[in-house]
Amino acid sequence: MTTANLPQARFEYLLRLGDNALILGQRLSEWCGHGPVLEQDIAITNISLDLIGQARSIYAYAAELEGKGRSEDDIAFLRDAWDFYNVQLVEQPNEDWAYTIVRQFLFDSANYYLYQSLTHSSDEQIKAIAEKSLKEITYHLRYSSEWMIRLGDGTELSHQKMQTALDDLWMFSGEMLMMDELDTLMYDLGIGADLDAIKPLVDAKRQDVINEATLRIPENPWMQSGGKQGRHSEFLGHMLSDMQFIQRAYPGMTW
Amino acid sequence: MKNNWPLWEVFIRSKNGLNHKHVGSLHASDAAMAIENARDVYTRRNEGVSIWVVESKYITASNPEDSDAFFDPANDKVYRHPTFYNLPDEVKHI
Repeated sequence: MTTANLPQARFEYLLRLGDNALILGQRLSEWCGHGPVLEQDIAITNISLDLIGQARSIYAYAAELEGKGRSEDDIAFLRDAWDFYNVQLVEQPNEDWAYTIVRQFLFDSANYYLYQSLTHSSDEQIKAIAEKSLKEITYHLRYSSEWMIRLGDGTELSHQKMQTALDDLWMFSGEMLMMDELDTLMYDLGIGADLDAIKPLVDAKRQDVINEATLRIPENPWMQSGGKQGRHSEFLGHMLSDMQFIQRAYPGMTW
Repeated sequence: MKNNWPLWEVFIRSKNGLNHKHVGSLHASDAAMAIENARDVYTRRNEGVSIWVVESKYITASNPEDSDAFFDPANDKVYRHPTFYNLPDEVKHI
């Protein structure tokens, strides 16, 4: 990517942030009315709404930067899977409460340090969005860490379910921290985060909580990637067909 | 999942300077979870700046059967309200 393409690069960088928030928010919204207990049903859908709110601010800014007259809704509802740049972690299915919590923790632990770093962005708008979102993300990390520990260090059954979820999802935990060409360009411009610098912080946080939860990190270090470049697992298409149905069936429809 | 977590009573202070007020109850396995659940269930519309939780079993309540003896005697003692003073017009804010 060259600096000649800077507006496009910045647009794509914003989509990475926004798509992570939207897709995970959409996933969590699937729990609405199905939570294991009333209190967690409300808690997890609260987090869903926080994330969708973050996606809205990011898309609104991306649309403004793009200057093609698209709205935040156009960006959310009128792109197909290969134009989404979220990490593959966030599109993985809810499965059960253990998977949902492990996915949330792996995401929050990286997202927290990412947004902390973005509060120093030279882009005033990204900085403002990061500052506002960081308060929410701080709570998300507290919430998912707490549940990792409760269930990991809980009963024999809860421990085993959490370990299974961690074994299955661990290979998706690295993508957020892999610095590619676009990340490097954004960092060099002072806009984006230095993923290499936050990786040790994320690793330490994950290790701490996973230890306290009496779980163990899988030994296989191989990591999935591709979501940030638009290559997704089979799950994203199904999510979009659900999420985008109304706008596809009744274009331009509003509440 | 059968919910056999204990019940907690939740008190929210809506603004600094005001009292904590009872807002409802919820289930949680311990105090830390009760605080987080209360945050999610009772303060997501900007209702509070402080939360107290107390396990419901620690609340001692008056017995409704005692109502007559407890509360009726106060009914006809209007003189316990300070409504029999003539306030000078100059006194404000009372």
